[in-house]
Amino acid sequence: MKIIGKYFIFLQSLFVKRESFNTYIRLIIDECTKVGIDSIFIVVIISTFIGAVTAVQTAYNFVTPLIPRYVISLIVRDMTLLELAPTITAIVFAGKVGSNIAGELGTMRISEQVDALEVMGINSSSFLVLPKILACILMYPLLVILAGFLSILGGYIAATLTGEMTPSEYIYGIRVDFIQYNVTFALIKSVVFAFLISSISAFTGYYTSGGALEVGRASTKAVTSSCIAVLSADYLLAQLLL
Amino acid sequence: MIEVKGINKFFEETQVLFDINGKFKQGQANLIIGSSGTGKTVLLKCIVGLLTPDEGSVFYNDRDFHNASKSEIQDIRREIGMLFQGGALFDSKNVEQNVGFPLDMLTKMPRDEKLDRINFVLNRLGLVNTNKKMPSELSGGMKKRVALARAIVNNSKYLFCDEPNSGLDPQTAIVIDHLIQEITEEYNITTVVVTHDMNSVMEIGDYVMFMYKGQKLWEGSNTDILDADVKELQDFVYSNKLMTALKEQSA
Repeated sequence: MKIIGKYFIFLQSLFVKRESFNTYIRLIIDECTKVGIDSIFIVVIISTFIGAVTAVQTAYNFVTPLIPRYVISLIVRDMTLLELAPTITAIVFAGKVGSNIAGELGTMRISEQVDALEVMGINSSSFLVLPKILACILMYPLLVILAGFLSILGGYIAATLTGEMTPSEYIYGIRVDFIQYNVTFALIKSVVFAFLISSISAFTGYYTSGGALEVGRASTKAVTSSCIAVLSADYLLAQLLL
Repeated sequence: MIEVKGINKFFEETQVLFDINGKFKQGQANLIIGSSGTGKTVLLKCIVGLLTPDEGSVFYNDRDFHNASKSEIQDIRREIGMLFQGGALFDSKNVEQNVGFPLDMLTKMPRDEKLDRINFVLNRLGLVNTNKKMPSELSGGMKKRVALARAIVNNSKYLFCDEPNSGLDPQTAIVIDHLIQEITEEYNITTVVVTHDMNSVMEIGDYVMFMYKGQKLWEGSNTDILDADVKELQDFVYSNKLMTALKEQSA
């Protein structure tokens, strides 16, 4: 409970004594590059393969000819939109970006760079953390859209190349019974997950004390806590919004 | 001038500072000395506001720092420059960006003027042609000088140095000591240096406060310190063979 209280006080501290708007714009653009552009490669690889594997494994489980083949791509689409794109990418995002945020802030803390900002009269939490959170909230939904597209594309490539489905069957399955709200739901989830991953990782890194060993521990803790928070939020959002 | 009055500091149940009083005058190097773990850095952090004392006050030219309004604290903080033990340079910024950081954040100085000021300070500290170097490319002594440049670039009125000589060879340490002293006198800054280096004490200690187990046991100048009649201080001063030999020679 004490840690949760400290977390909310930390979040509140991001919005007091802020620097000028122009300062944040520059920092947010820098962070967007680090958070978004640098994560594209891993997102491309993972989402394409997950889509492909989902298509192949769904086809493998369809042993009866009573179910039309286009259902395979329908399942790939719905799994991708509802779960794979926002949630699996979030776990990868926590591992890459979350550990990076915690490690960076932890190193800044133990090497007194955070103290240096405080001595200058700069709100270090706001200056260092707010741009990271905003950049994650801006970039993560874009990564989820990319992941969703590539996952469905991966499924298409796998399903058609293995001869499980014809291209027209796959496209038909993608379009049939499409619920537009699922996309909205995926984007809502992505914003919530981005906030949780970035803020929890920043909180863990910002309050690191000790030496290099503790920075390593903070990075690990950031990933673990972020993943737990993401999966809990995933369940809650599914209950509330579906 | 900076004045500390009745500073007490606890970490949970443990008291680490006991009723510390002292005056750090403008235009001179004020040294806080003592063995490791005596509370020197805690006192320094209380003075600069990184820690809040449980009792007592710190006055910056009669402005009560710990009881001031947020805007007054902000004003005082913007007059402070600090040289941290490890330099605390921002790893992602080069020398020019590190030194110019306080100007970027705290002033609205035009870009050209800013660059002139950065170059002036870097030249003053003997850091020529280092503008584009990253902190990882600098030696320990250079890092300290860059950190010192960052501390004074904004025409700071108060300069704090936490163990400025730690990790440096004796020659570089003396260079840093002299730079601190020269800058203090040249710009009439109130400088407070935390150190356990007796060389620094003898080189620049205009005013010396000796701390032992969280208490101030002695204060005076570096000329008085060798004859001070405090056992703990004598043990500290003559803890190395060089100082003992000097004492025996003078006797």
